[in-house]
Amino acid sequence: MRNNTEKTIQILVTIASVVFLLILPRFIGGYFLHLITMIFFFTYLGTAWNILGGYAGQFSFGHAAFFGMGAFTSTLLQIHLGVNPWIGMFLAGIAGLLLGLFIGSLSFRYGLRGPYFALAMLALAEMLRLVAVEWMAVKYPLGITIPLKGDSLLYFQFTKKMPYYYIMFAMMVISLYLTRLIENRRIGSYFKAIRENENAADAIGVNVFKYKLIAMAISAFLTAAGGTFYAQYYLTIEEESSFGTSVSIEVLLGPIIGGAGTVFGPMVGAAILEILSEGTRNFLGGYSGVHLMVYGAILVVVIIFLPNGILGGLQTAFRKLSKVW
Amino acid sequence: MVLLEVKGLTKTFGGLTAVNDLSFELKKGEILGIIGPNGAGKTTLFNLITGFYHPSAGTVFFKGEKITGLRPYQICKQGLARTFQIAQPFANLTVLENVKIGAYSRIPSNKEATQEALRILETVGLHGKRDDLASALPVGHRKSLELAKVLATRPEVILLDEVVAGLNSKEADDMINHINKIRKQGITILLIEHVMKAIMSLSNRIVVIHYGRKIVEGLPEEVSKDTKVIEAYLGEEYILAKNRRA
Repeated sequence: MRNNTEKTIQILVTIASVVFLLILPRFIGGYFLHLITMIFFFTYLGTAWNILGGYAGQFSFGHAAFFGMGAFTSTLLQIHLGVNPWIGMFLAGIAGLLLGLFIGSLSFRYGLRGPYFALAMLALAEMLRLVAVEWMAVKYPLGITIPLKGDSLLYFQFTKKMPYYYIMFAMMVISLYLTRLIENRRIGSYFKAIRENENAADAIGVNVFKYKLIAMAISAFLTAAGGTFYAQYYLTIEEESSFGTSVSIEVLLGPIIGGAGTVFGPMVGAAILEILSEGTRNFLGGYSGVHLMVYGAILVVVIIFLPNGILGGLQTAFRKLSKVW
Repeated sequence: MVLLEVKGLTKTFGGLTAVNDLSFELKKGEILGIIGPNGAGKTTLFNLITGFYHPSAGTVFFKGEKITGLRPYQICKQGLARTFQIAQPFANLTVLENVKIGAYSRIPSNKEATQEALRILETVGLHGKRDDLASALPVGHRKSLELAKVLATRPEVILLDEVVAGLNSKEADDMINHINKIRKQGITILLIEHVMKAIMSLSNRIVVIHYGRKIVEGLPEEVSKDTKVIEAYLGEEYILAKNRRA
């Protein structure tokens, strides 16, 4: 009984939020539209990271590698071979996935765990960034610009913000739904088992190497597709905003603050971070770097007081409360 | 019928030989106890059989097939599973989810794996704790959970590494009952244990190892009277002193 009512409430809340977010763009201006699109965007990237970092427990500090790979793949294919950016987005995902399988099979085969895996990922992203720096200094010193085609759904370019809002909304919903699917199935339980204790998982029949690679592949595919969205949103890419360490950090901050290993943690984290960063930029805009200090302060507070993130902390609190009642 | 055959198993760590040319057989339906003083190589032996370590020499056969060189998860899927001496629960998951992960090795569907896990939790007496986090369990329940996770993989042979040690006397009796029940279900058991009451009452046969070598193999009552065993546990001096007194 209780499960049924809980389920009904969940479904109703989900439908209400989806409807609300679908009609929201009619009532807000371009600035807020951009802000919310960015919240969706970082929710999406955080969700992609969360599958590998939050569920499977493989803390990647270099998701910019996949993100940049995606942005560059679709953009270069478009410019040089005239590949449609929608197809480019899929191919970008595949490129990210292959890169993920490459670095994953190397690091997991040799048993890189915890900080060592994080550093291997950081090194990968930095390597790609340096390659891009050298290569672009000759060919594209001002960054790569995607030729303008005007408003065109076919070419994934729009002069208004609204279509981007809906595209990112759809991508975010897909990523969240995918996480939900994974969570309640064998694959999700296996990811969590690997996160909690690799040896114990191995002992009761979990192919640790295979499931780490699956988590890596899903996460890398989604992240790279996000890179294509980014390229189409700004219609220009350069190495720092694609492969830079700041990208890797922004991707993982959302889930860490919101709650890694929960479906909606990345969304909570992304919303808090985006609103705060916009807020500090507006009110303390004269002092550059202040929003980074605020980021840092929040991160410290969350890690000390809510090591499992905001949603993780709430879950623990509810568990304790339900015991008392 | 011999289910598990260990042949000339050896493992060296640098200059230390932890397991030295060890051989024994485990027959279907029996409980074989393995005893030996601390550091005798019992847990190393389990790690070798279940694929956590690669042996320096020797072979392990399970149901007539060689399993040395396989990964632990592959050995588990063949029907040979083990518990850990120090319980290794998935701490931040619920008791039910812990056992479900074991059940998933045979049953892919969520619903059926849940049913299977609940059934097993009932048999080990953890049904009431199914929604608790594994990290919240006291040590006795952790050992039961460890057993439940392994049973959920539907093993033919289980290797139990000190599942009774550290329990109070009531919990120990419960655990001994569980182990007897498991044997009655037709599961063959290899048992490492320090608690003599458990090992003597459960085992059909006992293998004693000392410095990685098998020193005695036999029935519990024979083993307990063997001078080599007493010497291994209490030292040569004890035997000499006892003989002098007699």
